[in-house]
Amino acid sequence: MSETVIKCESVYKIFGENSKKMLEESNGNVDAKTFQERGCIVGVNNASFEVAKGEMLVVMGLSGSGKSTLLRCISRLTDATGGKIFIEGQDLLELNNKELIELRRNKMGMVFQSFALLPHKTVVENIAFPLQIKGTNTEESISRAMEMVKLVGLDGRENYFPRELSGGQQQRVGIARSLAVEPDIWFLDEPFSALDPLIRKEMQDEFLRLQEKLQKTIMFITHDFDEALKLADRIAIMKDGIIEQLDTPANIVLNPATEYVRKFTEEVPREKVLIIEDVMDASSKDNLGDLKVSKDEIIENVAEKILTQEKLVGVVDSNNNIVGSIKPSKIIDTVFGGRKNGS
Amino acid sequence: MEYLKKYPKLFQWLFLLIVFFALCFAIDVPETYKFIRGQAEFVKDPNQSVYFFLGKEVRYYAFDVFWRLPPLLGWLPIWINDSLFFLMNEWMPMEFWNEDTQEFKTRPLLLEISRNLTSFMTFLIELIREILLGGLETIVAFTSWDFIDAYPWLELPGLPWTIVAAGAAILSYKLSGKGLALFAGLTMIYISIFGQWKPSMQTLSFILVAAPLSFIFGLGLGIAAYKSKRVEKALYPILLVMQTMPQYAVLVPALVLFGVGDHAAVIITMVVAVPPMILLTILGLRAIPPEVIEAGRMSGCTNWQLMFKVLIPTARRDILIGVNQVIMVCFSMAVISAFIGAKGLGFNLLLALNQLNIGLALEAGLCISLIAILLDKMSLAWANKQTDYFGNLTFFQRNKNVIFFSASFVIGIILAYVGTFIFKGSFNYLFEIPHNKGISTADFWNKGVDWIFDTFFVYIKAFNTWLIQDVLQPMRALYLRMPAVATLVLAVGAGYLIGGFRSALVVAALTLFIALSPWWDRALVTLYMATFGVVISCLIGFTVGTLCFQNKKSAAFMLGVCDIFQTFPSFVYLIPVMMLFGITDTSVLIAVIVYATIPATRYTIEGLRSVPVGLHEAATMSGVNKFQRLTKIEFPLAFPHMMLGLNQTIVFALFMVIIGAFIGTEDLGQYILKALSDKNGAGIGLTLGICVAFIGLIFDNLIRTWVGKRKKHLGID
Repeated sequence: MSETVIKCESVYKIFGENSKKMLEESNGNVDAKTFQERGCIVGVNNASFEVAKGEMLVVMGLSGSGKSTLLRCISRLTDATGGKIFIEGQDLLELNNKELIELRRNKMGMVFQSFALLPHKTVVENIAFPLQIKGTNTEESISRAMEMVKLVGLDGRENYFPRELSGGQQQRVGIARSLAVEPDIWFLDEPFSALDPLIRKEMQDEFLRLQEKLQKTIMFITHDFDEALKLADRIAIMKDGIIEQLDTPANIVLNPATEYVRKFTEEVPREKVLIIEDVMDASSKDNLGDLKVSKDEIIENVAEKILTQEKLVGVVDSNNNIVGSIKPSKIIDTVFGGRKNGS
Repeated sequence: MEYLKKYPKLFQWLFLLIVFFALCFAIDVPETYKFIRGQAEFVKDPNQSVYFFLGKEVRYYAFDVFWRLPPLLGWLPIWINDSLFFLMNEWMPMEFWNEDTQEFKTRPLLLEISRNLTSFMTFLIELIREILLGGLETIVAFTSWDFIDAYPWLELPGLPWTIVAAGAAILSYKLSGKGLALFAGLTMIYISIFGQWKPSMQTLSFILVAAPLSFIFGLGLGIAAYKSKRVEKALYPILLVMQTMPQYAVLVPALVLFGVGDHAAVIITMVVAVPPMILLTILGLRAIPPEVIEAGRMSGCTNWQLMFKVLIPTARRDILIGVNQVIMVCFSMAVISAFIGAKGLGFNLLLALNQLNIGLALEAGLCISLIAILLDKMSLAWANKQTDYFGNLTFFQRNKNVIFFSASFVIGIILAYVGTFIFKGSFNYLFEIPHNKGISTADFWNKGVDWIFDTFFVYIKAFNTWLIQDVLQPMRALYLRMPAVATLVLAVGAGYLIGGFRSALVVAALTLFIALSPWWDRALVTLYMATFGVVISCLIGFTVGTLCFQNKKSAAFMLGVCDIFQTFPSFVYLIPVMMLFGITDTSVLIAVIVYATIPATRYTIEGLRSVPVGLHEAATMSGVNKFQRLTKIEFPLAFPHMMLGLNQTIVFALFMVIIGAFIGTEDLGQYILKALSDKNGAGIGLTLGICVAFIGLIFDNLIRTWVGKRKKHLGID
C-alpha cells in the first residue's frame, strides 16, 4: 500500500467525569457496562486502523455505535480520551490550537448530515466561507467558489440562499464548501442520510464521479450497509464503540467476522458486490472450456454466460494470463447458498 | 382505603390543608394586633420592642412567634442604606483633577465614578435630544459658552418633525412594507399635531441611548455565559430575581447612586433591560445546531471568527427578538422613570394623573401606546426579516431607501423654511408644533368622563361599595388572619408535595425571607390583591382563550390583541380605570385584572394550539364530539402550558399591584412609593423589591416544577 495518511492507535473516547482516570485504571480493557455503572458512556473503544492515501474508508454502524464520535476524534472536534492519532505522521493530539486551525484550513474538509450551511450567506458565499476565514481576498475566493459551484453542478443558483434550495442541492453546497480549500483529507458524516432514496442514489453516483477525479483520502460515515458496499474501498463495521471488522466489501460479505456483521451481509445481493476473483479457484488452471472471463468482472454481469457452460470457465487477468478457474455451480453456490436457514 | 391508595397525592394535599386550617384556628389573634397603617414604623412608640444588630437599631411590635415572626431581617434595609451611603461618600477617597477649578480635589471613588457615568449619559442623551429637538449643550461641551456667543448659528436647530416622520415611514417600509410605513407615518403625524412632539422625542432619545447600551451589555454577558458555565451559574439567580422584581422597585437605589434625572433613568433602565437580552442571547446561541458549529470549526475558524461569523449570524433571529424585548423594556421604563424625574411622555402622563386631568392623561397615554406598538412592530419586523441578496440590483434599487430619505430631508428643510414665511409671528407649524399648541381633545374627554360620572355615578358607586365592603375587605381580613407559622407550613408543604425536598427548601427560604422582613403584613395584603386579580384574570383568560380557540380566525385575532395590549407600559392601564372608579382599591384591581388577563388568554390559546394535529384526527375518528374533545384531550394536554400562563399572570398581577400603589393601596407598593421620596429609602426600596420578587419566585418555582413533571409524564418535549 502507498503512504499512510490517517493512523489511529487504540483510540478511546469516553464521555463523563473522571473518564480519563477510569481509562488509565482499566489498562485498556474497557467494558462498557462497568463504565456505565460509574456514570461514563463509552463512545469509541480501542479503535486502531490506518487509511492510505487516496483510499476511501467507510465506517458503518447503527445509531449509537460510535461512528460519528470516531470521526470527530479524528477531526478533533472532540478530544479523544486515550490513544494516538496521526495525520500524515503528525501527532494530532499534540497540536496546539493554532496548529490545529492551520491543519483544518489547509488539509481537512468535512460534510455534515444536516448540511450545516450558514443561513445568512448565499450559495457562493457559503462555499467561499472557509477561504475567507483563511484570509484569501474576496475576489479570489469568490472565483474559486464559482469553480466549485460548477463542479457540483449548481451553476445558475450561486446567489440563492440555503433556504431556497432542496435537500440534495443544499448537500451539494456542503460538498462544494468542504472541497473549496482543496483538502487532502475529506470527512463525510452521513452526507446522504437526510435525503430521499432517489436523490441519495444520484448523489452517490455524483460522489463516485467526483472521487474518481479528485482522489482524496476519505473517511465516510454511514448507517446504510448498501451505501457502504457501493462506495467503499474498505469498510469498518462498528458496534458499541468497537470496530467489529475492517476489511474490503467482498471479504466482509464472504467471511463475516462476527455474528453481528453476518446479520448485515445476509440480505446483500452477492452477485452485485462480488467480483470473479473473490470466488474463483486459483489452484486449478487445467481442463478449461472455451469461455474466459476477466477476474475484475462483477458476478452479475457474467453469471448468465458462465451458467450456460458445462466445463470449467477460465479466469484471466488484464494481461490475458490465466490466473484461475471457476465452476458454473460455484456461481449458484455463491448467489443462493451459504445463507442461514436458507433465506 | 382504596381511594387512599388510588389517589395518594389528593390525600396528602387534604392532609396539608387540614393542618393549615388547624393551625389557623389554634393560634389566636393577639389582642394588641392591628394592621399598621402608614407611617407607624417611623414613629417611636413605647409599645415597640427593640433589638440591635450590627449596630443598627430595629424597632418592631412584638407578637407571639406563632402569630408573626419578629423582623429579624429588619436591619437589612438600614444596613443596605448605610452601606450605600458609606460607599458613596466615604469609601476610597482619591485625588481627582477638577477641570473647572483647575485643582486636585479629594473625592470618594464611587462618587467620582457615578459622576463620570452621569455626565457621560447626560452627554449622550443631550446629543440625541439636540439632533431631534435642537439645542446647544453638545456644542458647548466641545467648545465653550464664549464660543457659542461668538458664533450663535452653531446652535443645532433640531430636525423638523416632517423629516423624522418621513424617516420613520421609510425605515418601516424597508423593514416590513407598506402597512407598517403607513402606520409609522400616521403615528408621527398624530404625535405632532396633538402637540406631543417634544415629550415624545425626549422619550425617544432616552430609548435611543438606553436600548443600544443595554443591547451591547446584554449580548456581551450572554456570550460570556454561553462560553463559561461558571459565569452562567453566577448570573442565573440575578437574572431570575430581576425578571420578577417590579421595575418600579429598582428606581429607588438608582436615586441614591445617580441622583434625579434622565441619566439615572438610563442607567437603571439598563439594569432592567439587560437580563432579557442575556437570556435570549443564551437561548439563541444554544439553539444553533451543533453541526453548524462543527462546520465552522472545520473551516478553520478561530474562536473569534466562530463567534462573529458563524454563531451570532446564525442566532440572528433570537438575538433580534432580544433587541425587541430590550426596546420594549426601555420604553416602559422610560414611562415609569418619570418618578425619578426623567423627562418625556411619562412625565406628562404622571403630571396629568396627579392633577386628575383625565383628558390630558388619555392623550399622553394614547401617544405612549402608539409609539409602543410602532417600536414593537418595527423591531419584530427586523427580527423576522431575512437577508436579501443585493449583488444583481442596480445602484438605484440598492440605495433607494437612502435616496428617498435624502429627498425627504431636503423637502422637510424647504418646508420648514417656507413655514417661516407662512406662520410669521406665530409658531412655525412646519418645523415643530409646540406642546399644548396642537389640537387637544382633553376637554372633550374630560367632559365625557364628567358625563359618565354624572349619569352612572349611582351604579358605579354602588358597585364600588359592594365590592369593597362585601368582597375585598373580608378577603383581606382573611389573609391577614393567617398566622405566620400556618402560612409557612402551607408553603413548605406545597413545595414538598410538588417538587420534593429541594423545592420545599427553596420555598421555605423565600418565604422565611419575607416573614422575617418588617413587612409581612404588607406582603399579605399584596398577596391578597394579587390573588384576587389572578383568580378573576384566569377565569376570564381561560374562558376567552378556549372560546377563541374554537375558530382559527378568532384565535389569531385574539393573539394579535394580546400582542398589542402587552406592548403598553403597565402604567397606561391606570388611566381608564381611574376615570371610572377614582382613587380606590377597585381601580387598582380592575387594572390588575385587565393587565393580567393578557398572559392567561395568550397561553390558553397557545397551549390548545400545541396539541398535535394527529391527536385531533385520532380523536375525531374515535367519534368524540366537540365538548368531549375539549375536556378529554385538549385540556389535559394543554394544561401544563396553561399553568405557565398562570405563572406569567401572577408576575403581571404583582407588577400591577405594585404600580397601583401610585393610586393608593396599603401593600408593599405603597412603601416603595414612599421610599422614592425618602432620603433613606434606598435600602427599604430594594428590600421591598426583593420581597415582591420572592413572592413571584415562590409561585414560579412551584408552577415550573409541577409543569416540568407533568410534561415529562405526558411525554411532551
